[in-house]
Amino acid sequence: MGLLSDPNRRRALISLLTRLNTPICIVCYMAGVAWFMGLAFEPFTLRTYMSENAMGSTMVEERFPAGERALATGREFSAHKKRTGGMPVEWLMKTMQAKGLEVFTQRFSRTLPFPDENKERYMVRGTNVYGILRAPRAPRTEALVLSAPCSPGDNNNQAVGLLLGLAEYFRNQIYWAKDIIFLVNEHDLIGMQAWLEGYHHTNTTGMDWSPLQGRGGSIQAALSLELSSDIITSLDLVLEGLNGQLPNLDLANLFYAFCQKIGVLCTIQGKLQRNDWDSVSGYSHAVQTMMLMVMKQASGRPWGDHGLFLRYHIEAATIKGVNSFRQYKTDATTIGRLLEGMYRKLNNLLERLHQSYFFYLMPSLSHFVSIGYYMPAFGLLAVILLLRALDLWVQLSTPPQRTEDGSSPGVLSLLTPLVISHLTGVALYMLPIRFQEMAVEHFPVSETEAVVLTAIAVYTLLSPGTEQGWRVLKLVAVLYLAVLLGCTALINFSLGFILALTLVPVAAFVTPHVPKVLSAFILVILSPACTLLFSVFFFQELQEMPISFQDGWLLFLSVISQGILDHSLYGSLVYPLITLLVYPCWLLFWNILFWN
Amino acid sequence: MAAPLTLLLLVAVTVRAALFRSSLSELISERVEVVSPLTAWKRVIEGLALLDLGVSPYSGDVFHETPLTIYLFHFLVDYAEVTFMVSVAGSSVFSDYLFRKQKFALEADRYPLDCLELIRSPKEMYYIPLKVAMFYLLNPFTILSCVAKSTCGLNNAIIALFILSTIKGNVLLSAIFLSLATYQSIYPLTLSALLTSVPLSCLINLCVTQWICVFLFWWFIVQYAFMYLGSLFVIICLSFFLLGSWDYLPSVYGFILSVPDLTPNIGLFWYFFAEMFEHFRLFFLCVFQINVFFYTIPLSIKLKEHPVFLIFMQLAVISIFKSYPTVGDISLYMAFLPVWSHLHRFLRNIFLVSCVLLACSALFPVLWHLWIYAGSANSNFYYAITLLFNVAQILLVSDYFYAFLRREHHLTYGLYLKRKDGSEATLVLK
Repeated sequence: MGLLSDPNRRRALISLLTRLNTPICIVCYMAGVAWFMGLAFEPFTLRTYMSENAMGSTMVEERFPAGERALATGREFSAHKKRTGGMPVEWLMKTMQAKGLEVFTQRFSRTLPFPDENKERYMVRGTNVYGILRAPRAPRTEALVLSAPCSPGDNNNQAVGLLLGLAEYFRNQIYWAKDIIFLVNEHDLIGMQAWLEGYHHTNTTGMDWSPLQGRGGSIQAALSLELSSDIITSLDLVLEGLNGQLPNLDLANLFYAFCQKIGVLCTIQGKLQRNDWDSVSGYSHAVQTMMLMVMKQASGRPWGDHGLFLRYHIEAATIKGVNSFRQYKTDATTIGRLLEGMYRKLNNLLERLHQSYFFYLMPSLSHFVSIGYYMPAFGLLAVILLLRALDLWVQLSTPPQRTEDGSSPGVLSLLTPLVISHLTGVALYMLPIRFQEMAVEHFPVSETEAVVLTAIAVYTLLSPGTEQGWRVLKLVAVLYLAVLLGCTALINFSLGFILALTLVPVAAFVTPHVPKVLSAFILVILSPACTLLFSVFFFQELQEMPISFQDGWLLFLSVISQGILDHSLYGSLVYPLITLLVYPCWLLFWNILFWN
Repeated sequence: MAAPLTLLLLVAVTVRAALFRSSLSELISERVEVVSPLTAWKRVIEGLALLDLGVSPYSGDVFHETPLTIYLFHFLVDYAEVTFMVSVAGSSVFSDYLFRKQKFALEADRYPLDCLELIRSPKEMYYIPLKVAMFYLLNPFTILSCVAKSTCGLNNAIIALFILSTIKGNVLLSAIFLSLATYQSIYPLTLSALLTSVPLSCLINLCVTQWICVFLFWWFIVQYAFMYLGSLFVIICLSFFLLGSWDYLPSVYGFILSVPDLTPNIGLFWYFFAEMFEHFRLFFLCVFQINVFFYTIPLSIKLKEHPVFLIFMQLAVISIFKSYPTVGDISLYMAFLPVWSHLHRFLRNIFLVSCVLLACSALFPVLWHLWIYAGSANSNFYYAITLLFNVAQILLVSDYFYAFLRREHHLTYGLYLKRKDGSEATLVLK
């Protein structure tokens, strides 16, 4: 504690920190960004390895033979789906029963707060069908789930076919120690939400569903299958779940290990892994893969049907079959064998997957970056806020030539902007859904804009205050932002990091004495909404699907409405976080800029 | 003075009433930071139900309140919210009165001249009671613990009453409230160390000779001890007659001292004792519990002329090191902070400490969510924050202690110290 208790050294340290504040902040920002970019560089990452002993080596023998028959079942399913114009419940129940499963159905209905344009649905009504294969070798206290969505059109028929084929094959094996639940869910995530809520007896989102008649043990792991063609070239693994939660890394390791063993091409974020990490293109490939993961995680939405399992402490992932123009083809039997192998491994689990990492980023399927490596990138950005706060504190606590108005700023002058900006946040949160009932438009962007513009206008018009006043306000705002970003980064690193990238510079440079127009422009550019807009373009760019500005704008609007829908349907936290906390915080900085 | 206080009370009551009615109250009353196994309202309800059924409330392993509390709530259960509000409001008003009485005398002539700026003007003194009430009533920690209906509010009220009666010089009431506080949770026992300092400073002027002084002092101590033990005896016997059994002794005090419930909280016990091998448990239990009481001796020697500061330090030590701390305990000693506003110029780490406290308070629910709900973090994450929170509290308290001693030093030696050669000197703590 010498440094903290010796007044001379303290003084020296503090004067160093205040004198060199700006350079240190700039260096920290650069270092943070550089660190983050360095994460994708292969020598800095770790190779994935299986941590769970029960799944250690891939010593199971896969024998699934009936790929062709599964595809035939898929075609039959497709025909029945066309005939009924939705989920062929009767046929599915009959088929599952014929395969020897205990079959149950669950009805659910849900009215969306406003029509979903992407999926064209408003009043959703559907049925989930699931069959339980009871474990012959254990007391049925644990279960595994294999699910396939029943999608509209010609999608995913093969997935359901393969699911039924696997069910038939699994039924005849004697080594299962966990119940296996085969679930065909309608209306993708909404059906999944209904089923999970029914299974766990909770109702967090106010959905109507009929209670489940049959239930297995506590679910240990789940895989969701998406397969839309008879022959595929590669399998893609999707990990990102609700609120940016990720399954245990061992699940990804398991998938990778079996892909290697069986010889299936596997990708993550649709990117194959490359071996030329030392070349520029190899590095940029890794960066792209990682950035895609960061973007998807930051969005906080479930990127596959598995995304909702994670909330219930169930490790889950989606496996997507991709059919592209590559030479290398894989048939349904091979995929079946891969799934069989994975389920046999999961069947061996003695406890929930917990050995490996829960916080990670993946620049490729065979390499990962753990929390200890990526947190410093965020830490370097957060340190800037603390340094600024320290600087302000020193300025405030060494009372300089006290001027006439030197009375310390009243609590009111501090409380007013805080309250106003939070009220704006609340308005921003409530209005889009409230106004929906009145508005004819699909999605009330105009109201949202109006709220923001009014708030901004209010600030530019009235903000009287003293020199001390804005310092105190800025100190509060900076600390507020630091705590907010820190908490966000712990729950969802990507979101926290992206917000920090844009908001930290704002927080660092804003004072009433910088050129108004220019800074206001920068402030708007770095606002959360613009960050989202840029992210949309960037994401499209990363996926190698660049779009025009017009389309980008439309996509931006639909992303916002999707965010609101995700919040009200599944309880995603990103939308309330942005409107109720991040936006008010940004408004505080706006207020400081226009402090007279 | 009365008007702002009334306004403050109104605001505080409104906030609490609004929170009681909102859906948040249920969420808050489940938080481990706010309620401990000792103070949870859910457990009081359980105890009441058992009592109504004619079963001893201590027969299960759920209820750990003292018998008097359960009989209090037996009559007041329908007005529980009101009771908690009254207790909180009461304790703040008492603390309010308390500091009016304080006499940080303006004995300017005793000190060198340049210390005048260290001594508080009557105007500043005038607002201190209001500030104390504000710090207590509007402290988010107090609000949370009140909305959760944690019985911690009652304990705080009793301790506030004890402090009030002690400072007013009412020996009997002081002894009674101290015994009540001890009866509620053992730790306030250490507050009795106060007595060694109170009479000394009061009697010092009265004494003619040395031995009379000593005699008077011991006579007072004996008197007080008699009253204290007597009332404690009465209360304990009363509890016995109310319940007809001694069940409550192991269930309340055994529970406090042997820490069988390792539910995570903001204290230091749970993680250690969850990790520890069983055969070391007794030893470390003794170490941890002695730790709470041990600081009494050095503190009461060092601060024997400053009873109020001694109370503050003791309360802080108790709330940091006790076996089931909640944020309600912290709010009690934090209410004292405005009293030491004159020490602010000597505080060194206040910025750092308040940042850490702030961040930790926000991180508690986040890491709890990650650990319990998301399953992606584990207990180490949560305990790390607990540890940091407690370190920050310790730094805060020791910073205030340092500042207090430093002010004392300056009061005797002058504010601007000179070296022997006339240059300006700085104080270095080594």
